[in-house]
Amino acid sequence: MKKQGWMALVAGALVSMGCGEEPLEEARARPVVERYAALVNENYTDAVAKARALQTAVNVFVADPTEAKLTAARSAWLASRPAYGQSEPFRFYGGPIDDEDTGPEGRINAWPLDEAYIDAVEGAPAAGIINATDSYAQLDEELLKSLNERDGETNIATGYHAIEFLLWGQDQSETGPGNRPASDFVDGGTAPNAARRRTYLKLATDLLVKDLESVQAQWAPGGDNYAKRFVALDVEEAVQRILTGMGSLSGAELSGERMTVAYDNKDQEDEHSCFSDSTLADLYANAVGIQNVYLGRYGGQDGAGLDELVAQVDPALDRKMKEQLQASLDAIQAIPGPFDQAILGADNSPGRQKVKAAVEALKAQTETLVDVATALGIELNLE
Amino acid sequence: MRRTISLLLLLACACGEEEPEPGEELSGGSTTVHDTTRNAFTLAARNLQGERRDAFFVGNALFNRNWVTAPSSTEGLDGLGPIFNAPSCAGCHFKDGRGKPPTEPDEKPLSLLFRLSIPGQDAHGGPVGDATYGGQLQPQAILGVPAEGQVALTHTPREGRYADGTAYTLEEPHYTLVDLAFGPAHPELMMSPRVAPAMVGLGLLEAIPDSALEALADPDDKNGDGISGRINHVWDVEHGEARVGRFGWKANQPSLRQQNAGAFRGDIGITSELFPEEECTPAQQVCREAPSGGAPELDAHKLEQLTFYTRMLAVPARRDVDAPEVLRGRRLFRELDCAACHVPRFETGTVPDAPELSKQVIFPYTDLLLHDMGPELADDRPDYEATGREWRTPPLWGIGLVETVNRHTRFLHDGRARSLEEAILWHGGEAERSRERFRNLSATDRAALLRFLESL
Repeated sequence: MKKQGWMALVAGALVSMGCGEEPLEEARARPVVERYAALVNENYTDAVAKARALQTAVNVFVADPTEAKLTAARSAWLASRPAYGQSEPFRFYGGPIDDEDTGPEGRINAWPLDEAYIDAVEGAPAAGIINATDSYAQLDEELLKSLNERDGETNIATGYHAIEFLLWGQDQSETGPGNRPASDFVDGGTAPNAARRRTYLKLATDLLVKDLESVQAQWAPGGDNYAKRFVALDVEEAVQRILTGMGSLSGAELSGERMTVAYDNKDQEDEHSCFSDSTLADLYANAVGIQNVYLGRYGGQDGAGLDELVAQVDPALDRKMKEQLQASLDAIQAIPGPFDQAILGADNSPGRQKVKAAVEALKAQTETLVDVATALGIELNLE
Repeated sequence: MRRTISLLLLLACACGEEEPEPGEELSGGSTTVHDTTRNAFTLAARNLQGERRDAFFVGNALFNRNWVTAPSSTEGLDGLGPIFNAPSCAGCHFKDGRGKPPTEPDEKPLSLLFRLSIPGQDAHGGPVGDATYGGQLQPQAILGVPAEGQVALTHTPREGRYADGTAYTLEEPHYTLVDLAFGPAHPELMMSPRVAPAMVGLGLLEAIPDSALEALADPDDKNGDGISGRINHVWDVEHGEARVGRFGWKANQPSLRQQNAGAFRGDIGITSELFPEEECTPAQQVCREAPSGGAPELDAHKLEQLTFYTRMLAVPARRDVDAPEVLRGRRLFRELDCAACHVPRFETGTVPDAPELSKQVIFPYTDLLLHDMGPELADDRPDYEATGREWRTPPLWGIGLVETVNRHTRFLHDGRARSLEEAILWHGGEAERSRERFRNLSATDRAALLRFLESL
């Protein structure tokens, strides 16, 4: 799909355009980099606000575990997801979210998780950290941190999906999500160790807020933080990071790990938010996030995006990119929910055809992102 | 006279080092990826495209997935154990990387397993498992089944000195079986510790033609360099014949498919068409009576997906290839004769179903052959044609990223070396001469050699 006459370009090399344009000319590119840092901050600020609302709902629920309050906590969880989903193009380049040493991504959004690692499951009533009263007499934040990803990548103890499992329970239903009763959290109710279950839910939620706050702080304007260093980078380096995040999410992560695996295995366990059946919303949020970055916008805020740089050197490519970003969103929206049912059946079933079409749309979009990088004089190493 | 020589040496060192071979930084040829993060070992071959790339992601999910006790709602993924080492592949190969021995007092050896056997050979020339505990110790079990036992680990220090007087202390491990659930094992039981190796480049190693290994083998040391190098011929279950062994610390597996199926059965307790029987010995009645997750528990399609994944994990590119210190280390690596066994360069053959792996120039730094490594490293447990003192040369590609990926620097077959430097110092037997040359290097040269290894 490479254009005629384009050689592989070395990152940061000056590219002489036919019209003598430099695609990442400082005066045009710097504002785009600055706008990116600002939209990342807007996005994480939103994610923190929604996580705090979840925290409030969880606190209300654990203080008095009723069905109504469980429903409210679930609603708050669902409401907290789109902001985080949109932030995922900020991963994959070693920024604050997934910094080699300090990045909390694995504590925030790791999946798939082995639910029996956390709590009882069908056929294993004594499973999980919550019921391991001897091994883990005292539940606290440090313990959960240390148990996350211990001995295996699906041993997930913390984050959105751990909270999701506690709020919904296992999804054994073909028509809807999991339906754990609120009485699992009531002393003498439907499950042993209710007090520990309440404690665990609260600990996991508090830690989620804390971890999101730590990432947001690194992007806050005016601080001596990652954002300050990011906007001072060479524009080539900054744009390379921006595109690496977008391309990695679009390709390997979203179309690969999050959709193709589930499509191929036809296995509920392979869908991203399997307990709440909100996977389609997750996929959509990811695709919106990629579009956000390209256009330089978040929510109601809009500014200089990559689109303006691309339009300057290749208006047709810019149009193609925008069309494909929208086509992916439409294709995801066309999948009949819930996702765990759409992936079942024969390959010619409407659900599977729609999932496949969305995967293809995302792949095409990823290829165009590579072309966008090339047009901007950047070699994108997408793995 | 001596003064003149050292002056000449000085002059020699002042010249530029030999340039690296073009493309030498691409350890895995066109499959090579460029990543130096924690995910460096987790990526698909760079030249893997389209639907074949999709298949990699599917295999990856299977590699990470925890198997659960049968029966369960996830029918395709139940049948864990009854006895096992870990519930998932990733449990030992975290981030597709390298395991380590326990480093804390109460830590169980998770990514370090122990092969067991008694004197003699089975019908195919392979090791004979213990009548009670079988061919491997499984220290974990599902609810209601006793784990076979545990291993107690102790150390004794081994002091040494470089020629320049610098002292070092190695840590020699000792392993003892404890808490055995089914009574004593055979009095002549042999134990071999094996740490989980990194997963990168395995498909490329499989694509090296047998003829290339046969050309390197020198079982009777005809060329008189003190290094023999032997092929291990091992039983190929699928083909019902002996074939060239390539995988495992003693090259006791002929193919990735068999290696994977063997690990599924031995390490996770998951049966497959290749190994349809559970690990439970006749002496372990309660193990034999535990519910099964199906016959076999791993369907052929999943074994295929997983095997495809293990073939397509990419090798990360080298770093700092042109750095003067790295080039100096590169030269020393050859001068010390490390490259006699850690053979730098191969060309893969044509793999009918894997164009990505075919005709690639690769730099694995192994000959895949068995070498006598001396009594210090010996496990004293034969494995097919490998003696109790022989080990297969492990590949070195990616070795400089182990610390980034796995947050440790434990090397050798049981992870006894706490650094690359210690790993070199443990080399004995056929590698003794190279080790002695290393001990006689100046601190600067030792650092350069290590810097070269870290660039791999």
